[in-house]
Amino acid sequence: MRSLNWNENIASFALTFIILFALWAALSTFFDIVHLSLGLICSFLVAYVSYDLLIRPEGTKHVLAVIKTAVKSIPYSFWLLAQIIKANVDVVMIILNPRLPISPEIVKFDSKLPNDVALATLANSITLTPGTLTLDIDEKKTYYVHCLAKRHGDSLLEGTMQSYVARVFGGKE
Amino acid sequence: MSVLLILSTIFLLAGSFFFIVGSIGLNRLPDVYTRLHATTKCDTLGQALVLLGVIFYDGATFTSVKILLIIVFVLVANPTAAHALAKGAYLHGVKPCDVTSLDMYKEEAKRIKRRLK
Amino acid sequence: MIEPFLLTALLLVFASVLCLYRTVKGPTAPDRIVAVNVIATCTIVVHVLIAFIGNQPMFVDIAMTYALLNFLVTLVAARYLATGSVFT
Repeated sequence: MRSLNWNENIASFALTFIILFALWAALSTFFDIVHLSLGLICSFLVAYVSYDLLIRPEGTKHVLAVIKTAVKSIPYSFWLLAQIIKANVDVVMIILNPRLPISPEIVKFDSKLPNDVALATLANSITLTPGTLTLDIDEKKTYYVHCLAKRHGDSLLEGTMQSYVARVFGGKE
Repeated sequence: MSVLLILSTIFLLAGSFFFIVGSIGLNRLPDVYTRLHATTKCDTLGQALVLLGVIFYDGATFTSVKILLIIVFVLVANPTAAHALAKGAYLHGVKPCDVTSLDMYKEEAKRIKRRLK
Repeated sequence: MIEPFLLTALLLVFASVLCLYRTVKGPTAPDRIVAVNVIATCTIVVHVLIAFIGNQPMFVDIAMTYALLNFLVTLVAARYLATGSVFT
């Protein structure tokens, strides 16, 4: 990070500082001079120590791309919400069924997602959707998924969700 | 009684229903992976529903913003914690239960364990 | 108009007691950690409800801190289970 040029470090420091100070103002709910100056000092110190953790210095060039991804992820999150409700109804039906109809299996599949944020989004989405739980992702971007019943694994391997995430983050489908 | 109050009551009761079903699943299911299925899904939706009910009751205040932050944080953190726990349990040596028909993670787990030594 | 909040808090405490059975009995360590994780999520929600039942908004901040700590504790426990040590 030290080898990057000065302007990018300053830009990521400023972004981190603004985000931290907005969070402070929203959480403290006191807008007098004492609390705001305390917040200024604290967020300055935290931003100075950790400015390359929240926003990578080389990422500040692509702020527009990040905003575009955020806008594209809004319809995805509504679709995900519907999937989460469906998953919960499914799990409730399985748990409250007296015969407990489960046949677990651990399957794996490959993905072609472009970056870490996309991989983590797909992993968390898999965990929240019907009958599936991400066990591990290895270095070659292979997912290992625990499925509660065979039909869950089959519907996961169709790859609908992966093409959705790839469309949001702009990777190959 | 206004519409918002009725809506908030419905959300509160639905959320606590999901919590209780998650706890029943935790006690009924056979091994740690299937238990994680039950608790992760039911808890995540349950807390979102209960806290949304509280927000409907409270209206647009700073407290509502804080509660919304809690909802979003738990919505992101809970699946991540479940993933870490499942991987930790597998590497710890907890075998999947007897009805498990297919296990493709065995070789990968062996490889990781060899690398850790 | 606080009765639904009280009822919900009682139901969540009941759910935590159900999880307590798994915490005591659970055959392996991961089972116990999962159960404790569920109890912690219940506690977060009960904190928020207490803030409205007792009219003390400070409890919402406590709930937020509890959520952050719960995530951290679960990650550290999972790391300990996977590798056998926390700091390596």
